[in-house]
Amino acid sequence: MSETPHIDIDYVANLARLDMTEEEKSKLGSQLDDILGYFDKLNSVDVEGVEPMAHAHRVANVWREGDQTGETYAPEILTGMAPDHRDNQVVVPKVVE
Amino acid sequence: MSDLHFKTITELAAMLAAGDITSVAITQSVINRTAAVDAQVKAFLSSDPEDALSQAKASDERRVAGKSLGPLDGIPIGIKDTLAVKDQPLRCASKMLENYVSPFDATCITKLREAGVVIWGRLNMDEFAMGSSTENSAYQTTCNPWNLETIPGGSSGGSAAAMAAGEAIATLGTDTGGSIRQPAALCGVVGMKPTYGLISRYGLVAFASSLDQVGPFARTVEDAALLMEAMLSKDPLDSTSIAPQGETNYAAALKEKKGPWKLGIPHEFFGEGINPEVKTNIEKAIDWYKGQGCEIVDISLPHSELAVPVYYIVATAEASSNLARFDGVRYGHRSDEAKDAMTLFTKSRGEGFGDEVKRRIILGTYVLSSGYYDAYYLRAQKVRRRILGDFEKAFEQVDAILTPTSPTPAFKRGERADDPLAMYLSDVYTISVNLAGLPAISIPSGFTESGLPIGLQVIGKAFGEADMFAIANAFEQSHGYYKMMPAL
Repeated sequence: MSETPHIDIDYVANLARLDMTEEEKSKLGSQLDDILGYFDKLNSVDVEGVEPMAHAHRVANVWREGDQTGETYAPEILTGMAPDHRDNQVVVPKVVE
Repeated sequence: MSDLHFKTITELAAMLAAGDITSVAITQSVINRTAAVDAQVKAFLSSDPEDALSQAKASDERRVAGKSLGPLDGIPIGIKDTLAVKDQPLRCASKMLENYVSPFDATCITKLREAGVVIWGRLNMDEFAMGSSTENSAYQTTCNPWNLETIPGGSSGGSAAAMAAGEAIATLGTDTGGSIRQPAALCGVVGMKPTYGLISRYGLVAFASSLDQVGPFARTVEDAALLMEAMLSKDPLDSTSIAPQGETNYAAALKEKKGPWKLGIPHEFFGEGINPEVKTNIEKAIDWYKGQGCEIVDISLPHSELAVPVYYIVATAEASSNLARFDGVRYGHRSDEAKDAMTLFTKSRGEGFGDEVKRRIILGTYVLSSGYYDAYYLRAQKVRRRILGDFEKAFEQVDAILTPTSPTPAFKRGERADDPLAMYLSDVYTISVNLAGLPAISIPSGFTESGLPIGLQVIGKAFGEADMFAIANAFEQSHGYYKMMPAL
């Protein structure tokens, strides 16, 4: 990380499943170079042996009994949110050739 | 009675209890004020006056029947557009959620309803809470009521501006890196971010889950304390929710606790980048505490300057993961050009998200991607622990830490719009608090020569809200800046 890498935006945008115009990509490219350059400050600190911190407090899984049911919603409400739906099912473009 | 909308919750609660006014009168005053000024301020994305008045009427009926639910019963509270309110739009100021209506209440909303609060309107914000100026909203740019040419701060800019303009008695916001405290400072109101886990995140649209917290905006510290008390809960629907600990009768405690306190001043927060008027103002506030007999301790938070890079790695990484759910399938925007699974995702997301959200998704995806994970994400998580360690060490010596909330007062619209890095540095004094999971509050501490508000930040120990409120309340009550209203 001594040299600030230049982000391959096409590669990353594909990982993120995000369509971007050429104009958006070119503007973002130079901005991201600035931001990544700023991130290099992190190399100034010794983190040898430091435990990574993902959370402010210790967090643990919260379990419940398997047979509990809480409040739920009618299928029409949930499928009704979908951009396209039919017979209480979400409709999507054909995904398998 | 024409200025009911500028009164505090405690003032209104006393008037309601005495039978001098009704919740309908308060709510109508807020509705009228909003109708009069929101064309200038643009704090609200939508509102439903009829629904608010019917909640107010129900509150008045409870009171008449002797069944009042307490000091918040009948008080209209504005809600940031990132918190779910049943049957209300929930758009996160994004085109992605343009037509989304929430089927349920967030837990914090449920708790406020149990206290009788009148849930009022949807407040503008930076899209998906990503920004420090509310200029990233897909719908409108909110103006700072103290100077309409300037931004209100962000991301909860609508919540802060509505407070300052008298369009609500209090509001809710969310704070991931300063999104409550920074706009509170810039709009001259009280804004508070609780200890991580104290308020349930259920029903808050996730941006960066290890940092996001719901919190109140209010006119006074006492009002913020009342709202906090009402929202406390260990919620089984949020696995990161934590049972309240220590003193939680905040409103009562802030009157009992008189200090003197040991207050830490981190010299790192007064160096490069701070506006000289802000610096002088905060130093004056520190002198005031000293004059009250508080011991002022020079402390060091040596990793402070790394908080911004750590934050923009951790928060964007979490955001890139959280926002993967917006795929055009089950809800939200779907592109008309979606032809197959891949274009369903890429086109829907490309059309639905704005520039800053895209920027952060790309950044977050990058720092998590193979080959860069260790250098960025893992290293940032390790430096995050160093930042927490700085605070833990400081709190061995002091009861609370005083800093400016924002390095500058409100800046002009457009000034930082094309310079994301400059925008990110707006949060330089607030971000480390989120990384460490601590509580902090911003209170008005005066004005610049040009009349823009300045905010003082009081950072407490984890679960040290009671002391933090008391320290903030002491300054507020002796200075009375909360009585100042912008001329609109």
